[in-house]
Amino acid sequence: MMVQEQQATRGNAAGGEDGYAQEYLTYTLGPEEYAIDILKVQEIRGYEAPTTIANAPDFLKGVINLRGTIVPIVDLRIKFNVGTADYTPFTVVIILNIGSRVVGIVVDSVSDVTMLRPDQIRPAPEFAATVDTKYISGLCTLDERMLIVVDIERLMLSHEMALFDAAQPTQ
Amino acid sequence: MSIDISQFYQVFFEEAQEHLNSMESLLVELDIGNPDAEQLNAIFRAAHSIKGSAGTFGFTDLAEVTHVLENLLDRIRKGELALRPEMIDAFLDAGDVLKELLAAHRGNGVADTAQVAAMCERLSGLTVSVAEVPIVTTVAPAVADDSWGLFDEAPAAATEPAPAAVPATDDSYGFFVDLPAPEVAAVPPAPTLAVARTIAEPAVAVADRRAAPRVGGGGETSIRVDVDKVDQLINLIGELVITQAMLAQSAATLDPVEFERLHNGLAQLERNTRDMQESVMSIRMMPISVVFSRFPRVVRDLAQKLGKQIELKTIGEGTELDKSLIERIADPLTHLVRNSLDHGVEMPEERVAQGKAPTGTITLKAYHQSGNIVIEVGDDGAGLNREKILSKAREKGIAVHDQMSDNEVWLLIFEAGFSTADVVTEVSGRGVGMDVVRRNISAMGGRVEIESMTGIGTRMTVRLPLTLAILDGMSVAAGKDIYIIPLGYVVESLQAERNMIKSVSGVERLIQVRGEYLPVIALYEIFGIPDTVTRLDRGIMVVLEADGVKAALFIDALVGQHQVVIKSLESNYRKVAGVSGATIMGDGHVALILDVAALVQMAKSTLPLAA
Repeated sequence: MMVQEQQATRGNAAGGEDGYAQEYLTYTLGPEEYAIDILKVQEIRGYEAPTTIANAPDFLKGVINLRGTIVPIVDLRIKFNVGTADYTPFTVVIILNIGSRVVGIVVDSVSDVTMLRPDQIRPAPEFAATVDTKYISGLCTLDERMLIVVDIERLMLSHEMALFDAAQPTQ
Repeated sequence: MSIDISQFYQVFFEEAQEHLNSMESLLVELDIGNPDAEQLNAIFRAAHSIKGSAGTFGFTDLAEVTHVLENLLDRIRKGELALRPEMIDAFLDAGDVLKELLAAHRGNGVADTAQVAAMCERLSGLTVSVAEVPIVTTVAPAVADDSWGLFDEAPAAATEPAPAAVPATDDSYGFFVDLPAPEVAAVPPAPTLAVARTIAEPAVAVADRRAAPRVGGGGETSIRVDVDKVDQLINLIGELVITQAMLAQSAATLDPVEFERLHNGLAQLERNTRDMQESVMSIRMMPISVVFSRFPRVVRDLAQKLGKQIELKTIGEGTELDKSLIERIADPLTHLVRNSLDHGVEMPEERVAQGKAPTGTITLKAYHQSGNIVIEVGDDGAGLNREKILSKAREKGIAVHDQMSDNEVWLLIFEAGFSTADVVTEVSGRGVGMDVVRRNISAMGGRVEIESMTGIGTRMTVRLPLTLAILDGMSVAAGKDIYIIPLGYVVESLQAERNMIKSVSGVERLIQVRGEYLPVIALYEIFGIPDTVTRLDRGIMVVLEADGVKAALFIDALVGQHQVVIKSLESNYRKVAGVSGATIMGDGHVALILDVAALVQMAKSTLPLAA
């Protein structure tokens, strides 16, 4: 399933300050549901076995060939210790386009594209979580489900993901 | 109708830079006693062009300096003013000032108005002498006159050029037409530049030459092409090669008789793709003269400053290499040349005392050799001082001993912070250079070698791969993944027998091949690969050689040999130790390309230290 890229005029940050509703893609990791800014999503693919990289952390599964570009694949279920990291025909990989970099994340399933208004997103309370709260833009309730809105760009570019060298600039 | 001139700034900057470069080259080569008329004209034209376009764009400071410069040059070329050595210095300095002003206008740095005024004064002060100098007129035919007929070549023309009379619009028209000004002074093979003695420059082929920066150079017509477009083209060709490889692989399973036409077609496709690939790669190739052309000036200035007499020889200026390499090799080469000048060549008195000619020679040589480009920087100076290096190494706590071979001693100078200079000059001696040089060259996939003989001289040889994007590789399997070893590093491959495997301190670490003991690098250990062959006599040993060091890489099995397209791993991920890149195999999977030099280093550090 390919997701079309939206016009940039729709707003960019994970929690739009301009008051307009934004579209978010929701996915699940184990029993938890997350939402990320749809503008960062390039495409959604099935899981294919990547080529392992030497001495990489266990959540970095390796790299794949995405139409000629080498793309690293990160399994968020392993990174955040959520659910079981198994690879079935239904396992989904979300290919993200962050700045100038392309990265893939393995998730259990992709649910929906929803419009969320900034007032629907409440700031997250302080809690010790596997996802550092600085990457969580807020919490949202949708049909009695709790969505954790994640600033995926900040998360993927962060030092702990160790995906990119600190010295490398991102456009 | 008002035209937004600012969109043309970029073109102006590039062209002005080229004019300044050619002006500098010509000035440095100029024979003061017997100046060549064509060269004087060319220098004048360069200054004039800059002045005109600078005026058009409103860069008055540039226009001011070039105006005074142009006046002087015009009088000199007409024989009204004698050329004196201090004038050449002043002109060269004016060129520097102009370069700084250009940079300031581009946004780097600030224009120094005091400097501009001082320069103009200095130039005006040179107009004192009125002695006439006979100008050597060459036999060369009329050059394409690009001064728009406003300036006659005949000396009978008005003594005062009328720069104010030149309408600015004329210049801008000439500006957008391909200016036939000589960019890089055409240099015949092995030109010599001497500070001590002047050599009459033979009538250089006066036909205007296109310099390397113009893509498609060589002939009289060329097109300026954005580098990004060329890169895009190279990427697409790379994709084509991969697709063609996939097709070939799929077709390999088909019956050759039944599908004869298909196989013929695919063979044809492979040939066509290969030809296209070579053509496209050659677009990015530029002659190394682009880099060499800056050295006459560097050598001249430095020799003057140090009080030494140096002659610069360049051989093989037409040798081509990839544009990106040209940009990156300039700094390391400059450093090597400065080192030779500063440390290598002795003072004239010393040389005479040793029975050498007082003028030292620095030789820059470039040539192709088996898929690499080799650049040599040689001098006939004092050579490296072995004792000094050894004692400096001991000072720094580096483990050395007197039985080390000369080669090993020379390699010590690449250590960070290494310098045997007694005095730190602004030129060198701070010990920051050589390790940076080696790192930069390694980053380009190349290596540096040093040869030296006391009293005879030193030679530094830089070897760089010719192409960056395509690689001949040997594919090997370890675990469930395929890895590529660049073929250039492979010496041989063999299956080790029990008796070839030797251990040190109880750990199997060495393999004996034809009397030599090589360290074993077990890829599965370094990369942490599961499910591999671990018994050293069951897998395959590939003997590699990098930077003069040999080692044996232990992998599961050999798969094959292919030409692969190098894909960057770092554009979306970061640098992985031991891996220099990735490629896409015929079946679409990614294979990692091993960084052999780094692997050898890694093996050294992970091996348990022998007692």
